[in-house]
Amino acid sequence: MQVSDSAARVLSGLLEARTGQQLTADRMWRIGTALSGLLRDHGLASVDELALRLIEPDCGNLANAAVDALLNNETYFFRDRNMFDVLAQTVLPEIASQARRKRHLRIWSVGCSTGQEAISLAMLLSEQRGKWAGWSIEIVASDVSHHVIETARKGIYPQFQVQRGLSVLQMINHFEERPEGWQAEKALLRQIRYEVHNVLDPREDARAFDLVLCRNVLLYFGQENRARAFDRLADAMNPGGWLMLGGGESAAGLSDRLVADDAATGLYRKSDEAGSARDNVVPARRAG
Amino acid sequence: MKTCLIVDDSRVIRKVSRHMLESMGFAVDEAGDGQEGLARCEQAMPDVILLDWNMPVMSGIEFLEALRRHPAGAAPKVVFCTTENDVGHIRAAVAAGADEYVMKPFDQETLQIKLQIVGAA
Repeated sequence: MQVSDSAARVLSGLLEARTGQQLTADRMWRIGTALSGLLRDHGLASVDELALRLIEPDCGNLANAAVDALLNNETYFFRDRNMFDVLAQTVLPEIASQARRKRHLRIWSVGCSTGQEAISLAMLLSEQRGKWAGWSIEIVASDVSHHVIETARKGIYPQFQVQRGLSVLQMINHFEERPEGWQAEKALLRQIRYEVHNVLDPREDARAFDLVLCRNVLLYFGQENRARAFDRLADAMNPGGWLMLGGGESAAGLSDRLVADDAATGLYRKSDEAGSARDNVVPARRAG
Repeated sequence: MKTCLIVDDSRVIRKVSRHMLESMGFAVDEAGDGQEGLARCEQAMPDVILLDWNMPVMSGIEFLEALRRHPAGAAPKVVFCTTENDVGHIRAAVAAGADEYVMKPFDQETLQIKLQIVGAA
């Protein structure tokens, strides 16, 4: 589908204004495909016609739908399993050790899309339930898209999605087969609080998270917004808190508040900053 | 090189699965039903078996039960790959000794993750 330069500029401007994401040249090729359902639903003949509607003042709902369609919501359960192994074997045991007095664990899944990452985290903690007995656990899962958050809150996944990333035992132990799809068990969903939130916006609950996962999200941002996002993430993290990016992502040169951890590529810890000296210590990893 | 035996009565499925598995680095062999699959296993136990459920002569579940009774039959990782997509069939497959279960249709990434989960990829 042909997309004129002017239509591409309108869409690109809309996406960046709403989400901070850029419609870079390597994403342009899929605009037509991404918007085809929206064009059909609204009786629009072309992307150019859509762009004309989007510059009208009363285009709110259409603009929301266009932004939703342009976002890449690709996700699956336990995406990059080796990263979940790092969480299980290194990160969570250290958090459990450091926070054993407060016995409160807070995790933020940023850009959660339809919720598979948050459910994977809840499942991982459930599989370690002996270690977390008596702990209060909260997983906050956010995305800039209302549409995917509504889907995530239902916790129902079609067959194709439920088997992407889950072992067969995880699937039959944590999901119930229903006519409308595979329903995640309530005990998992109860641990997750879904919210619509843009990672570039500040949170009210600063210094609240022991662990933040922001994987395959910031690669769609320009340098300036990426640096701003890292600042927001660092604001949200506890002193010494952990940040996990996607395997190919890096905070190098964009934040001096996040220090790479050698346990995995894309793993960071919040470095020293203003606050009590005790809070600011990033403990050395224990041997063994 | 790891070996995979595809046991499926559909030539199309065998061809598509072979393509996926070869691109993952497996040496692939094929059988058109459970009995033929057991004969292949008698010759050489594969590392992985991709197994259909409904087949003539001997079904996938009959094949799996017979395989697990074989003295060397505990070794191969068995991944059911079938249109029997209800939880009853899935539980029966796990009870009979299946290591993983893929519901058709599936894509290469799903299959690859399943093979990683069983330690075969």
